[in-house]
Amino acid sequence: MNIFPPDARFDFFGKRFYGYAFSVILLLVAAGSLLAKGLDLGLDFTGGVVVELGYPGGADIDAVRATLDERGYEDAAAQFFGSSEEVMVRLPPSGESQSRVADDLLVALQSESENVEMRRVEYVGPAVGKELFNAGGLALLVVLAGILVYVGFRFQVRLAGGAILALAHDLVVVLGLVSLLGVRFDLTVLAAFLALAGYSINDTIVVFDRIRENFQKMRKGTEQEVMNASVNQTMSRTVITSGTTFLTALALLIFGGEALYGFSLTLLLGIAIGTFSSIYVASAVSLDMGLRRQDLLKIDDRERLKQAEDSAP
Amino acid sequence: MNRYPLWKNLIVVVVLLIGLFYALPNFFGEEPALQVSKRDGSMEQSALTEAKSALRAAGIEYTRAELLEEDGLIRFESTDDQLKAVDVVRAALGGDYPVALNLAPAAPAWLTDLGALPMYLGLDLRGGVHFLMQVDMDAAIRTALERRIDGIRSDLRDAELRYVSAEVDEEGAILVRFRDAQARDTGMERLAEDYEDLEFEAAEIDDEPYLRARMTEEGAETERKAALEQNITTLRNRVNELGVAEPLIQQQGESRIVVELPGIQDTVRAKEILGATATLEFRLVHGSPADWEDAAESGSAPAQAKLYERREGGSVLLKRQVIVTGDRVTGASSGFDQDSGSPAVFVDLDGQGARRMADITGDNIGKQMGVVFIENRLESEVVDGELVEEKRLVEEVINVATIRDQLAHRFQITGLDSSEEARNLSLLLRAGALRAPMDIVEERTVGPSLGADNIKAGVQAAVLGFVLVAIFMMIYYRVFGVIAVTALVSNLILIVAVLSMLQATLTLPGIAGIVLTVGMAVDANVLIFERIREELRNGMTPHAAIKAGYERAFATILDANITTLLAALALFAFGTGPIKGFAVTLSIGILASVFTAVMLSRALTNLVYGRRARLKGLAI
Repeated sequence: MNIFPPDARFDFFGKRFYGYAFSVILLLVAAGSLLAKGLDLGLDFTGGVVVELGYPGGADIDAVRATLDERGYEDAAAQFFGSSEEVMVRLPPSGESQSRVADDLLVALQSESENVEMRRVEYVGPAVGKELFNAGGLALLVVLAGILVYVGFRFQVRLAGGAILALAHDLVVVLGLVSLLGVRFDLTVLAAFLALAGYSINDTIVVFDRIRENFQKMRKGTEQEVMNASVNQTMSRTVITSGTTFLTALALLIFGGEALYGFSLTLLLGIAIGTFSSIYVASAVSLDMGLRRQDLLKIDDRERLKQAEDSAP
Repeated sequence: MNRYPLWKNLIVVVVLLIGLFYALPNFFGEEPALQVSKRDGSMEQSALTEAKSALRAAGIEYTRAELLEEDGLIRFESTDDQLKAVDVVRAALGGDYPVALNLAPAAPAWLTDLGALPMYLGLDLRGGVHFLMQVDMDAAIRTALERRIDGIRSDLRDAELRYVSAEVDEEGAILVRFRDAQARDTGMERLAEDYEDLEFEAAEIDDEPYLRARMTEEGAETERKAALEQNITTLRNRVNELGVAEPLIQQQGESRIVVELPGIQDTVRAKEILGATATLEFRLVHGSPADWEDAAESGSAPAQAKLYERREGGSVLLKRQVIVTGDRVTGASSGFDQDSGSPAVFVDLDGQGARRMADITGDNIGKQMGVVFIENRLESEVVDGELVEEKRLVEEVINVATIRDQLAHRFQITGLDSSEEARNLSLLLRAGALRAPMDIVEERTVGPSLGADNIKAGVQAAVLGFVLVAIFMMIYYRVFGVIAVTALVSNLILIVAVLSMLQATLTLPGIAGIVLTVGMAVDANVLIFERIREELRNGMTPHAAIKAGYERAFATILDANITTLLAALALFAFGTGPIKGFAVTLSIGILASVFTAVMLSRALTNLVYGRRARLKGLAI
């Protein structure tokens, strides 16, 4: 049984400009959404108060809103969360400590109707939120730098460049899609992004590994032909692994509940984009950056090739 | 022919067996229990026996009662029994034994005795409160400077140098105003010798001679560290008072403290206790034990004395005049009296405190002195659906001891029953008060129902993800698919085992990390199997193809996993709380998957195909 025909000779790189065009469109859409709509930053990063309540038998959201207004919480936004039995109330951050506000809000709502169940109370101070955001950004940069160094060391600088570009491409596009779809960007979504960085590079490395091997093995053929053969040979694996990872992320989306919704959706988007970019961004960019056969040969092979070229008329 | 040497097979078997053993406790679940501790020390067998007989008398059945390192644990069949038992045990043992509701691992004793414990569930799975508290370091430094000012004042008086005023200014520096520049210069010289952690400089403000003193960076650093440590100790004591099972109190960064209280939902009450301010007073004892009893019975104290409750029970009369208050205590440690060898607490006082102590104790040798613990609690209650706060003062005497000598800068308190009591008293002296005010900057509370829902969601997602991947692998790779699924199961067992061994915290994102690992872990096997198929197509014999497949795919697997591991490590380094949990499971998953997908699956492949000399084809 084969998902992708093993003897395929699909000309991936001959059509790479279509791939580039698609990437550019994706990037433009992403950038457009990020600029126009921005990210819906969650409580983790902005600070503020979130209270989640369970109303067994269903909640009267208008009554909840009326109570909030009555108590002077005009800024509070109440909405159903996951089901009609759960309500989430959000309060934007204010200058002072809102720890007391969270308690007060909870008490007010609990005294208004019976059997209200406290599901979750979160308060994050604005300073903490800012720090978390900066730490997240820093983590991303460290990951990118670490991967650049590792790939540059294990493979070759042009491939490392391609890999990083592909990774940055994935992250920006997925960030754009997250913005476009209005997914709330919280800590778990940030974690999904970092996991994606790992996943996306994983995919790229497998293709690179085969490219390196084929450059050493296939004596004939242009760079483009060798790379085409490499992508064709690894295609089954790429499809299968993306498929299984996609399936598990889907399982998380279905059963993970509201808490993991943003996380699993980000992963699903990222897996699809990451698979595409391994071929059309990482490898194609390396090729256009002038990746040569010599770059990936072992040293003695390289010398032999040089001698052969020298002795050629 | 493909055969593994014996030692490789043995490694695989041994690792799997160890994994199974450590993963095992997780399958027994948890059972309701009561955790009983002792306020000032370790729980003893006699108290546990007392609790047991009280439960028997009340007709409440328990399944097991045991003495752990510090606490006692009584297990029950049902939560109903557990809830009924709390009141019974509390009544039987009294206030010195905080009783907390807990969920204890239900794994059999022989497993737990061997150190096999179930995974530690994070607050998002078991419910509870998480606080992040910011220590006000500016206030800590200011208080420290104010303590120094008292010393400076008396030093200047002793040296007969006349000053007009001494205070801490808005910028956090001590400002001393002198009558003339000469007094200022002499004073500066003297003070610079005594106060190494202050930097002195002369200043003229409005033509008046001033002396300005700032805390050196080193001194400030020491103060900040002390403030953080003392606040942590104080919080720890208070959390013990709350009767919380398995609390976590930890420093985070340079000025923050994390407090995690599993199972607590009443954040209002938790905040009350954590935010309480406490202090100490040293006072002379008034009258004899007979007078104390009389006063306790009548409820009225003589004019110059005040009636106090003692922590260990009973009452005592103390003189109204305070010798020294707790903010004069600069340090306290426990040890042994040099002469008698009995347990003692050594207390350090600052300059002014030392002088007052010396004056008063010098005149009262042979008499008794009491240590009063005073706590200001902020208590809230709900009135008409609104939160009303009320301040409440708790005062009790924690120690009464005889004055044997004139006391001064450093003195010792003896007459303590055990070295443990000495340790606890020194802790209280040090930890009685919060050294600096704190603000809650982050708070996350998860209710028990949400915790249970989160566990259910995580487990369901894991099962579905696993089943989908397993079905696909078995259809697509047939016999090798079964091998891959076996490797995947072993991978999951190993992840659970390592998490249990490390007692790492499992969070909802952590479960997501495990689920994701299921999808990504088969990658290594896919790489190998695709390679084997390819080599078969290129005309290799089945045995050669298996060998080549495993060997050639290995470099790729390594490269791919190291990069993913890099990402996971960065997540761990920069993440907090639940995100760290995700990073941990992801990293463990990556490492475990390399082992299971490469070594274990090879061992299985060899087992299935390795011994067949004439192998025609592979079911791949």
